[in-house]
Amino acid sequence: MSNILVIAEHANGQLNNSTARAVACAKAIGGEVTVLALTASGDEVATAAATIAGVSNVINLQDVSNGHALAATQAPQIAAIADGYSHVLAPNSTFGKDLMPRVAALMDAPMVTDIMAVHDARTFDRPVYAGNAITTVKVPDSVAVVATVRCASWAPEAGEQAAAAVESSANSAALPTHTRFVGLVSEQGDRPDLQAADRVVSGGRGLGAAEHFALVEGLADKLGAAVGASRAAVDSGWVPNDLQVGQTGKIIAPELYIAAGISGAIQHLAGIKDAGTIVAINKDPDAPIFEVADIGLVADLHQVLPELTNAL
Amino acid sequence: MKVLVCVKRVVDFNTRIQVKSDGTGVQLDGVKFSMNPFDEIAVEEAIRLKEAGIASEVVAVSIGNDKSQDTLRSALAMGADSAVLINADQEVQPLAAAKALKTVVEQQQPKLVLMGKQAIDDDANQTGQMLAALLGWPQATFASELVIDGDTANVTREVDAGLETLNVDLPAVVTSDLRLNEPRYIKLPDIMKAKRKPLDTLAMADVAGGETAMIETVKTSAPPQRQAGIKVDSTEALLAELKTRNLV
Ligand SMILES: Cc1cc2nc3c(=O)[nH]c(=O)nc-3n(C[C@H](O)[C@H](O)[C@H](O)COP(=O)(O)OP(=O)(O)OC[C@H]3O[C@@H](n4cnc5c(N)ncnc54)[C@H](O)[C@@H]3O)c2cc1C
Repeated sequence: MSNILVIAEHANGQLNNSTARAVACAKAIGGEVTVLALTASGDEVATAAATIAGVSNVINLQDVSNGHALAATQAPQIAAIADGYSHVLAPNSTFGKDLMPRVAALMDAPMVTDIMAVHDARTFDRPVYAGNAITTVKVPDSVAVVATVRCASWAPEAGEQAAAAVESSANSAALPTHTRFVGLVSEQGDRPDLQAADRVVSGGRGLGAAEHFALVEGLADKLGAAVGASRAAVDSGWVPNDLQVGQTGKIIAPELYIAAGISGAIQHLAGIKDAGTIVAINKDPDAPIFEVADIGLVADLHQVLPELTNAL
Repeated sequence: MKVLVCVKRVVDFNTRIQVKSDGTGVQLDGVKFSMNPFDEIAVEEAIRLKEAGIASEVVAVSIGNDKSQDTLRSALAMGADSAVLINADQEVQPLAAAKALKTVVEQQQPKLVLMGKQAIDDDANQTGQMLAALLGWPQATFASELVIDGDTANVTREVDAGLETLNVDLPAVVTSDLRLNEPRYIKLPDIMKAKRKPLDTLAMADVAGGETAMIETVKTSAPPQRQAGIKVDSTEALLAELKTRNLV
């Protein structure tokens, strides 16, 4: 039977919803699921993890170095306790993407990035070529499965369970001091989180100027939606990098995705393949976004966005 | 300070990927290959460090078959001083790539290793972190800004929450994100010059023993295709459609 360790993602004492998604994948693999919370102090994160449906145990591993999630100091802590586990999983967020290859190398194990489906305990589907092909890959029995989980493919199970046991633990590994956290600039306002939102309104180069992004934001606020963007809009400096949707930005699966002034390059589409309904507003009838849009409107966004916002 | 920059030859980012009907992979015959775009950004950064007088020498490294020489020549044309090809005809997965690169790092003794955050073929996003782990070096992934400050580097990273800055001791591994810089265009004279720059070849088996592809690819399939839906002709019609589908 599998014995699965899931690394919790958290910040400011709050468990990130990506952890429950990784647990959902662990449950599909089957077996005992232990969540590892690497924290500096407190037990809020561990307590929250204990109520995720399907979790058998939680380890709250405390060390002063865990005030900020640094791969250089967290990977040795994980590798030191990973021995008894058949699988070590983390969400495929920038947190997991940064951390897990370092864990895998310390364990001398290969790694599977971005599990989107589970065939059996060692056989998984993962996207390659920006999601334009899916490979089924098998990890040999000789090594632990070290992997990240594609959050958009795994919905967290609804509801909470009676809290699983939480065990406190201390770090035993030697930790490097060569990496220091300097700061985090986060412009997250009051809008819903892009990765968790049911509705997302995204803007692209077609907006034409930074100030026109207000049209996207206005519609998003009316809909209670998160705001997203194409790479072109981020590169132009109109919006911060964490709003980028796509192969190299965020992979999202909202129920409703509205793309305004976005052409639909494959790298952008890679981020919205799992969206429920895609709405495209673009003045070019031949824009590739229309090949995947459920509802398309060939029109000038400068007219449509205010009209739609006012009509809602 | 010597900088090592790692580059991979991949299917060009503009290619429409076709999955072979027998499930053995994607169609690579007759397809255009280029340097992985993230690696191109890494090369550009290395060269800018040299132009700024911070780097003394830039060495480009690639793992792949003979055709990867073209990729290394592109790096040389951009401004790298010399190149090393780790020759491998077989598939080399990230762990094996990191082990091979570790050997080259030990031979070359760079103070900084730059590479793309991911290759756009396997989209693995692993090699830089694995190399840093094997060397016991700091890593700064997804870099959008790199400032060398004596024996340390300040690296701004594109993370889900925004922009994070780390300070790392050198030597370190830094992986580039898209907004680190905009790579230069290669000019014809530079291509001519690149032909005269040294390009050494090492055999994969000589730099890293063992299996190069531990994970078996059982099959490759095409993703489910989204179908184009309906077109509406006005904002009112769009709103009506959204309402019918209970989306607003
Ligand atoms: C390695 C790599 C990774 C990448 N990763 C990503 C990624 O993660 N995410 C991403 O988004 N991109 C990514 N890209 C970039 C991608 O290839 C495209 O360049 C980018 O998505 C284009 O953004 P856009 O659609 O906003 O701009 P454009 O392609 O320029 O499209 C603008 C669209 O706006 C329309 N338009 C213009 N004016 C109006 C108007 N008034 N009303 C309505 N429509 C209008 C135009 O018809 C056009 O279709 C990546 C590229 C590479 C090479």
